[in-house]
Amino acid sequence: MELIFEGIKKAFWLLVTLDPEVLGITFLSLKVSGLATLISLVIGISIGAAVALATFPGKRIVVSLINTGMGLPPVVVGLFVTIFLWRNGPLGFFEMLYTPTAMILAQTVIAAPIVMGISVAAIQQLPRKLRLQILGLGATRLQMVWILLREARLPLLAAVMAGFGGVISEVGASIMVGGNIKGYSRVLTTATVMETSRGNFDMAIALGIILLLLAYFINLVLTHIQQRERPR
Amino acid sequence: MSKGCALLEARNLQVTRGGALLLDVPELSIREGETLSLIGPNGAGKTTLLQTLGHLLKPFQGEILFKGQKLSGRSVFEYRRRLAMVFQEPLLFDTTVFGNVASGLTMRGMKRGEIRNVVTEHLNRLGISHLKDRSARTLSGGEAQRTSLARAFAIAPEILFLDEPFASLDPPSRGALIEDLERILEQTGTTTVFATHDRLEALRLSDRIAVMSQGRILQLDSPEEVMNHPVDEFVASFIGVETILSGKVSRRNGGTIVVSVHGREIEAVGDLPLGEPVALCIRPENVTLTTNPSRELTSARNVFPGRIARITSLGLFRKVELDCGFPLVAYVTHHAAEELSLKEGKEVRASFKATAIHVVRRGEKGYPN
Repeated sequence: MELIFEGIKKAFWLLVTLDPEVLGITFLSLKVSGLATLISLVIGISIGAAVALATFPGKRIVVSLINTGMGLPPVVVGLFVTIFLWRNGPLGFFEMLYTPTAMILAQTVIAAPIVMGISVAAIQQLPRKLRLQILGLGATRLQMVWILLREARLPLLAAVMAGFGGVISEVGASIMVGGNIKGYSRVLTTATVMETSRGNFDMAIALGIILLLLAYFINLVLTHIQQRERPR
Repeated sequence: MSKGCALLEARNLQVTRGGALLLDVPELSIREGETLSLIGPNGAGKTTLLQTLGHLLKPFQGEILFKGQKLSGRSVFEYRRRLAMVFQEPLLFDTTVFGNVASGLTMRGMKRGEIRNVVTEHLNRLGISHLKDRSARTLSGGEAQRTSLARAFAIAPEILFLDEPFASLDPPSRGALIEDLERILEQTGTTTVFATHDRLEALRLSDRIAVMSQGRILQLDSPEEVMNHPVDEFVASFIGVETILSGKVSRRNGGTIVVSVHGREIEAVGDLPLGEPVALCIRPENVTLTTNPSRELTSARNVFPGRIARITSLGLFRKVELDCGFPLVAYVTHHAAEELSLKEGKEVRASFKATAIHVVRRGEKGYPN
């Protein structure tokens, strides 16, 4: 008990005094995961919308592949991104391995299918006739897609949250492609793993609390939006 | 009015899905300014025809011409900018009522100030200006459908497609909305194709009626022709074999009106202004036939001599078509028919009560007598 109590006490001290190392790790986490989520939104929503709206042979297979992608194990993603970025791998000439950029890349690979899968579902749950109605009002294709996305904005917001929640708490891929380099590629999750293994529980608890708070905040916003207005 | 010019033409229209022929319309021409009703049971192909005419449903065989121009490629989009479509479900966007009515105008890149004016005008026209800032999700069925109609009329369409817009409304809001739609169509003169399964709605709003079944148009004619002279048994059974007579109110007595039809005067229950064009619907079971000229039927206000044009046996009873100066259909039992020794060419007296007539206002769009 003494161990936990001491740990929590020190953790709060680190948080309250805005320890520069803790702050740095937190900001890098937000930056890497935020950028990765942003890129996944662009990729995920555009491909998701295209898949949902188009009719082509094998559509079901594509949708099921996307849905499978929503549960990609981060460690597997980390493995493949590492191989691609390895010095003599296909993308080795970028010399990106063990950089925050590599972490953004890996996290994008994890978040994009999540955003894509939710986008497909969000657009497919809109009434089919809505598309005809929009075209029947004289919309261009682009205007139609824009209106449909606006109609699906609540579930799409869930996609943002799920994507961000997935990558901010992910550790496997980040540690593999980022290398957990102090002050450079160390994020909340990788730091927590390291501090715990070293027995620095105060630091680990402080980082853990920040992660929990972030997770809580994301869910708070999401729940608030979903409960505010339920779609008909 | 330039009624009569073909605004939209369809040729050899066919829609097949999974080997089944959903629509087969060799020829259809919609005249400028007219209201054409598509009437038929569920699954008759009304919706398929509407959506194909609106170039919204693909693929289809055949061709569609708008103002004589065949639609293809870029002209399809330009055509869609000139039409508006209203469905059975209001299909409103998740924004305010104002935003919904403005949506078609926004798509066309209209300026804000102009949008405000046009939207305000159409909110007033449909009596929903008080709902302007309400979220579309909080509207009742009637209010939502009014918003949907306002959204369609706001883009000033050259052709309007209505797909059973009243089918899911409760009777009071339905009646009020039909009245408003009738008025707006009169004011704007918008060419309209209107799918419905309610023949009274069709009778009230249309210049011509197309009766559909299994993807085909069985009969396309004026309401009187369709109702009085159905081409086949299906049309007859779907439309009902009521006698429909067009006329104008020529006199009013407290609670009843006298309508002149082909020079004859028919008394009906109602309260309508003089000169109002109306259609009188008389159900055949409400028409009584007698052969004895001296036997007066005291309570029936309408007694007309006529000649039997045709008798058809309909199972339990016989259908007697009469010529009383206007066409009239009566049902009699086999027993009564024997007793009166009814046969074709025989002179009889037909009578029906003023209360047995259903009076439908025809509005200005109706046919001249």
